[in-house]
Amino acid sequence: MAGVPIVNLNGVLLVTIQEELLDQSVAEFESDLTEKVVEARARGVLIDVSVLDVIDSFLARTLHDIAAITSLMAARTVVVGMRPAVAITLVELGLTLPGLLTALSVEEGLSLLAPPAGHARTALR
Amino acid sequence: MTRTPSTSTVAIHDEYDIVHVRHAAREAATTAGFSLVQQTKLVTAASELARNALVHGGGGQADITIDNLRANATVRMTFTDKGPGIPDIEAAMADGFTTGSGLGLGLGGARRLADQFRLESTPGRGTVVEISMSVRRSAGP
Amino acid sequence: MTTTSDRRITTVVSDFLDVQKDAIVAQWADSSFFRSVAQDSDQAAGDSAEVLHGMRKAVAAGEADNPGAEGFDDLRSLLTALASQLDGNESVSPRTAVEVSELKQPLLRLWQDEADAELLTAGALVLSTAVDTLRLVLVDAALAAAKDTLAIQREQLTELSTPVIKLWDGVLAIPLIGTLDSMRSQVATESLLQSIMTDQAKVAILDITGVPTVDTMVAQHLLKTAMAARLMGAECVISGIRPQIANTMVQLGIDLGEVATRARLADALAYALNRLGLEVGAAAGPGVV
Repeated sequence: MAGVPIVNLNGVLLVTIQEELLDQSVAEFESDLTEKVVEARARGVLIDVSVLDVIDSFLARTLHDIAAITSLMAARTVVVGMRPAVAITLVELGLTLPGLLTALSVEEGLSLLAPPAGHARTALR
Repeated sequence: MTRTPSTSTVAIHDEYDIVHVRHAAREAATTAGFSLVQQTKLVTAASELARNALVHGGGGQADITIDNLRANATVRMTFTDKGPGIPDIEAAMADGFTTGSGLGLGLGGARRLADQFRLESTPGRGTVVEISMSVRRSAGP
Repeated sequence: MTTTSDRRITTVVSDFLDVQKDAIVAQWADSSFFRSVAQDSDQAAGDSAEVLHGMRKAVAAGEADNPGAEGFDDLRSLLTALASQLDGNESVSPRTAVEVSELKQPLLRLWQDEADAELLTAGALVLSTAVDTLRLVLVDAALAAAKDTLAIQREQLTELSTPVIKLWDGVLAIPLIGTLDSMRSQVATESLLQSIMTDQAKVAILDITGVPTVDTMVAQHLLKTAMAARLMGAECVISGIRPQIANTMVQLGIDLGEVATRARLADALAYALNRLGLEVGAAAGPGVV
């Protein structure tokens, strides 16, 4: 699969979006990712968007859909590292993506998705 | 250095062109001296409208003009397509992001982000959307 | 409104301006006005040509005396740029008045050589009026540019007056003070979000103790800030909600949704520390700072 690399970190799939994606690549990425979640029996997905300086409604909706799909598969999706200008713009667009879990960094995201045996930590909704 | 407004055009025929439009918008915004947040808004609005022209309009073009007034540079972007037009503009604007239809029209979004927004559409003949953004922070909600 | 003879003059003068274009531009490019605002002689020539074009358009439309004529309007951006090039400290009006009037001489001399005796005076009047109007437009453009500079400086001042404070590792606070107009709110929001990213702060406290009134607009700004912070992975807490403010908000039907709110900054800090999984407890022995 060209485009977005997916790494399995002990049951959490880490995805780093490294460059601007074409619409088609976004669609492929979504289906590849959801397949991998099943394959790897992942309990979580971390999508790192820290490199992106633009997230438009198409990508935003895809992120939202990914979160919804993975939760149906008993996995949680966390979007990490969104840049301030991007966050402000999405809010102006009216896309606040309420159901989406978010974290400041991959590290933070991983601790959100820590295995159940770890200390209980209220996820920031 | 030219002081008169300069215009560049980007054809919109496939999804690579949406990326081209974004880059052109980014360049225009940078040249005009926009802040990072304003650049992001302009590029995002351009992306929405370019996709709209491609997906709903069957393709078209984007014309970008930078009006380089000294302390008040303005970037104007006009998206033209010869598609089916928009029969119900009110609904299209309000309906920007319903997840039901997969791809909202993105018009409402672009309007929210831009300082000024103008739309002309003739069912059966096509649509013209013009947005503009100026470098000073706009007074707005 | 123009009579036949007026229209005739208009046509003759604008034709003159077209036919003599090169000669006029050559002399104008050499004038102190264009030389002082251009970087080189090519640019002076280019600027002169543009100004002449706009002026001619206005004259041709019979609007040599109208600063709002389309021909003059076309020159707005150029004139604004030129006005900005003039020495910032000097008042634009007196100096440019002299310099722009200098542009009349070449026009009138060339006109004198060309024109029919019959139209000489009338045409000279039109040309003189056109240059006067040009000066008006220039001064107007300069004033507008000055206003813009003030606005930018005001904005920079605003940035300085909305500081972000680090209360603890992972906890930021921004005291919002005074009336929150749209621009100040935006500046404050951007400042805060930027700090959240640099400091990797998980909680940001928006303290509105110093904000006199909270109406729907202010509430909207606060909400947008909180939502943007959330997208980044941080949480906002709004503190400093006095009883009167809370009352107003209820009356206005303002709903802050899921955003946590506290009356006092201290309570907000306690909440923040709690969210970070920290606890404040009494020290075992006498406190040592």
